[in-house]
Amino acid sequence: MPWRLLKFGLKSTHDEPRFFPESKPLKPHYDVVIIGGGGHGMACAYYLAKEHGITDVAVLEQGYIGGGNTGRNTTIVRSNYLTPEGVKFYDTSVKLFEDLADDFDLNIFYSTRGHFTLAHTDSALRTMRWRAEVNKHQGIESEVVGREEIAKEVPYMDLDCNGHAPVMGALYHAPGSVARHDAVAWGYARGAYNRGVEIHQKTRVTAIRTQGDRVVGVETDRGAISCNKVISMVAGSTPRITSMLGLRTPIEIFPLQACVSEPVKPFMDTIVVSGSLHVYVSQSSRGELVMGASVDPSVLHSTRSSFDFVEGLADQMLDLFPFMSRMKVMRQWAGMSDITPDFAPIMGKTPIDGFYLDAGWGTWGFKATPVSGKTMAWTVANDKTHELIEPFRLSRFADFDLVGEKGAASVGH
Amino acid sequence: MKLLDCPVIGKRPISEFDYLGEVRVPPSQADELVWADYVFNRKGAPGVLRERWYHRPTGRWFVFDRDTLTDEIVAVVDAADVRYEEPRYEIPA
Repeated sequence: MPWRLLKFGLKSTHDEPRFFPESKPLKPHYDVVIIGGGGHGMACAYYLAKEHGITDVAVLEQGYIGGGNTGRNTTIVRSNYLTPEGVKFYDTSVKLFEDLADDFDLNIFYSTRGHFTLAHTDSALRTMRWRAEVNKHQGIESEVVGREEIAKEVPYMDLDCNGHAPVMGALYHAPGSVARHDAVAWGYARGAYNRGVEIHQKTRVTAIRTQGDRVVGVETDRGAISCNKVISMVAGSTPRITSMLGLRTPIEIFPLQACVSEPVKPFMDTIVVSGSLHVYVSQSSRGELVMGASVDPSVLHSTRSSFDFVEGLADQMLDLFPFMSRMKVMRQWAGMSDITPDFAPIMGKTPIDGFYLDAGWGTWGFKATPVSGKTMAWTVANDKTHELIEPFRLSRFADFDLVGEKGAASVGH
Repeated sequence: MKLLDCPVIGKRPISEFDYLGEVRVPPSQADELVWADYVFNRKGAPGVLRERWYHRPTGRWFVFDRDTLTDEIVAVVDAADVRYEEPRYEIPA
């Protein structure tokens, strides 16, 4: 790589190949249409082509690749969930993430940091112990640590929180990582494109055509397409898609906001999360502190930012890191989270033949990018729900068979 | 700070309100499917939603019609208008 970089630097013309194709006209028919060109959609297209030989695929994206929640999350990857179903699923994802850069021949800046989820109360500590036991049983590195261990790893944190709700302990998850989110989407997109998948940006789906209980095509603002299968992988826009089909789901949309500070010298090599203070923070490879909180309090289909968010976040962050009082916030933004009642995703087949759903990604979607692409591709290729995502089926709500993941998914990114 | 211009109590910071979600009427008698639909499923798509809000400082409940795309409150509904005598529920089409 360095040699290639040197040659690149010395050349007068930079004829690097395009990552993505120029826009082409839509074909009248595709075998599979994927709605949503974020990480999940691109990963699904990639695995459909790579592992199942299905390349007659169009990915339709209303904006640009990775411009939705893929580019708006805080990039944390971890698997220390609460339910065995969740732990198995997210662990598969972490393992896929670790090999992704090699698969893509692209640096995704995957950086294993170690992940502390702080407990400020007895009940939080009890949930941490529960999670640690479930995690260990599934073979995940996860343990409850005391104040001394936290102080050693994160010496610049005020464990007493200035006297307000002192930290009592934490759940430590060594494989907790961060990655460059855009690169993940781009890597999957390039891999899918090189294998024959068509990627259409600025193409909005306006309707889904059905015949009886079967999907036969989609209408877009660039014309109609017929197809055999449609996969909706649109996270925050899911209710707009499902309402085209009259499909009822428990998904509600809440904005999730995040921000970054000005860049400073690297000092924080761990990820710190506090469920009680509703904040999480890590330092990016550019030196910015990437910070987030819980979702906004009411339903809203918008990516607007609010001052209330930064104000509330700063208040909580200063309890943990008093020295941040002199740091400036550089950017803030929001994404639309598709929240489910049990904080687990909704994946797999639906009552409509040929329509597959990959949704309910709330505030926990980025870390599942590889595994959801892989399991959804398998599900679509075999028209049978993959065993890893069977617990996340849409019909679990009608069966009262939920996957209670709130204790590990709400603020704990 | 975002203010909510309430015709009843005037302009108040939105942070004084708690969000209680969509106004919904539970079924009195129903099979499991109808119950599951009532308990879990929601109107997810953007549009005007009739919601309950609770104003903490005054302890008052309000019902607003709010556009979930623009975050505008389009109407304040008298809570008496959404009370119901006989619980009823059908799975919406």
